Amino acid sequence: MAYKIIASQCTSCSACEAECPNVAISEKGGTFVINPKKCTECIGYFDVPQCVAVCPVDNTCVIDTTYPRYQAAG
Amino acid sequence: MHASTTQDGAAGRLVTIDAVMQQVAEHKGCGTQGGSGKASCGSAAGQGDLPTEIWEKVKNHPCYSEEAHHHYARMHVAVAPACNIQCNYCNRKYDCANESRPGVVSERLTPEQAARKVLAVASTIPQMTVLGIAGPGDPLANPAKTFKTFELISQTAPDIKLCLSTNGLALPDHVDTIARYNVDHVTITINMVDPEVGAKIYPWVYWNHKRYTGVEAARLLTERQLRGLEMLTERGILCKVNSVMIPGVNDRHLVEVNRAVKSRGAFLHNIMPLISAPEHGTVFGLTGQRGPTAQELKALQDDCEGEMNMMRHCRQCRADAVGLLGEDRSAEFTTEKIMEMEVDYDLEGRQAYQARVEEERVAKVAAKQEELATLAGARSDITLLVAVATKGSGLINEHFGHAKEFQVYELSTAGAKFVGHRRVDLYCQGGFGDEDSLQTVIRAINDCHAVFVAKIGGCPKADLLGAGIEPVDQYAHEFIEKSAIAWFKGYLGKVAAGELVHSPRGDAAIRQGALIVAA
Ligand code: SF4
Ligand code: SF4
Ligand code: SF4
Repeated sequence: MAYKIIASQCTSCSACEAECPNVAISEKGGTFVINPKKCTECIGYFDVPQCVAVCPVDNTCVIDTTYPRYQAAG
Repeated sequence: MHASTTQDGAAGRLVTIDAVMQQVAEHKGCGTQGGSGKASCGSAAGQGDLPTEIWEKVKNHPCYSEEAHHHYARMHVAVAPACNIQCNYCNRKYDCANESRPGVVSERLTPEQAARKVLAVASTIPQMTVLGIAGPGDPLANPAKTFKTFELISQTAPDIKLCLSTNGLALPDHVDTIARYNVDHVTITINMVDPEVGAKIYPWVYWNHKRYTGVEAARLLTERQLRGLEMLTERGILCKVNSVMIPGVNDRHLVEVNRAVKSRGAFLHNIMPLISAPEHGTVFGLTGQRGPTAQELKALQDDCEGEMNMMRHCRQCRADAVGLLGEDRSAEFTTEKIMEMEVDYDLEGRQAYQARVEEERVAKVAAKQEELATLAGARSDITLLVAVATKGSGLINEHFGHAKEFQVYELSTAGAKFVGHRRVDLYCQGGFGDEDSLQTVIRAINDCHAVFVAKIGGCPKADLLGAGIEPVDQYAHEFIEKSAIAWFKGYLGKVAAGELVHSPRGDAAIRQGALIVAA
């Protein structure tokens, strides 16, 4: 699985963009979006997903269940 | 509020009331704050009791010198959208409540756009001497954008002072960069030094890749704020501390905060009222946490004043405010407009203009001293408040109906002391006769015995008298302090002659809601 941003709740504050270790987050059409191909759920980098930890609006960065669970390489 | 001083105030106001109202309806932001500060008026055009080296740095800074804010302008550029903490008085859909006027969302700029905007404004408004970065989030949670902006501006407009406001969490990491860019003023918002108190104000902080909550979060925040403050003052960078007064949460505690920040070298402490209403969508707004009344705020500011310089003129400018304090000309400088403007940065012209302002300031202080001398020897226990309608330059030069704020002075035989300001936006939207807004004005200055104006119509005059507030227009276009002292002398004379019985007045309301100056 990857994380996704619920666009209607995003304030476009950009805080998550700078914190993502995989540069998976970018601005698109006024709000921010996560590229699910790049998102590793922060596995291998941090104990908690950084976008979730920094986002000022709770439940805005959430698991996208349509993607398979991320598997750390090796 | 002061309107512009360079040109006629009315010219160049591009936003209609309707557009502003519309904006406000769309963006109900979180709390805005009112005033606070030391009437730093003594000897040399306002130095008061500040040490000379600090006075040299702040005398032209409208946010730090109550005296300077009549004459010089500042601007903020909104290049810093991200934040690293959550405050219960902030709704992050809008601007940072620490330093901004929520209610109107700032236009977000890239560092390059911001630098261009600064040049455009500085060329149009020669008294623009200060550039601040205050949001809409926390400048130090956006270090790349913040410092890039400073770099660009210091290259093209080296005479402009740079300042920034921060919640302090990331401050210790950036002190050296701040010193390198010659930032000479930093404002830290410190609402507590006790983590137990802090836990009621901050639900969480994000630090070192982790979200901390509760007392742990507040402890981390206060440690880093105080360390950052110490590191800055060690390097000779001026630090001001802002505190939001939250009745029942940190109101008494702020006396302790005042001591803690003073002992670490902060040169000014600015206590602002919490402004809170459910429609702001903030935690405090939703829980019904109230803000202080004008009297409660003044009492706390007075208590702290023995300790250090207080700042009473702060208006919590929006993150993209432009102009003299209390006015906002940002609508003249939207990104679209600045990209089209011919910008010609005239350093010499700016310096000549500023030299003229200095002469004006010296004249103003001399006039006050002269009038004060005539009061020497008079003895009376009476102290009272008066409200003044002004648009800058230290003069009574605003019409009652056009005033968007009133400055409040405390009068006693010791002289006239600036103690704050009251916002009353948009009383006159097209002639007098709007009963409700007149009542709003009266409520806002209800603790004053008189209101000094350049001009006032017959109807509001009668209503003010009915409410027990004397409208005074005989000092139109004269210096504020000199006039207030002269009027006070007359007042004392009447009381002594038995023509008048002095009686105290009640409390006043602090206006809730966002400032919408633009008209
Ligand atoms: S979970 Fe981590 S890797 Fe995925 S988008 Fe959020 S910050 Fe980036
Ligand atoms: S941190 Fe949250 S609100 Fe801010 S841009 Fe990212 S998703 Fe949007
Ligand atoms: S520091 Fe400013 S932007 Fe950040 S949560 Fe507090 S008030 Fe809001």
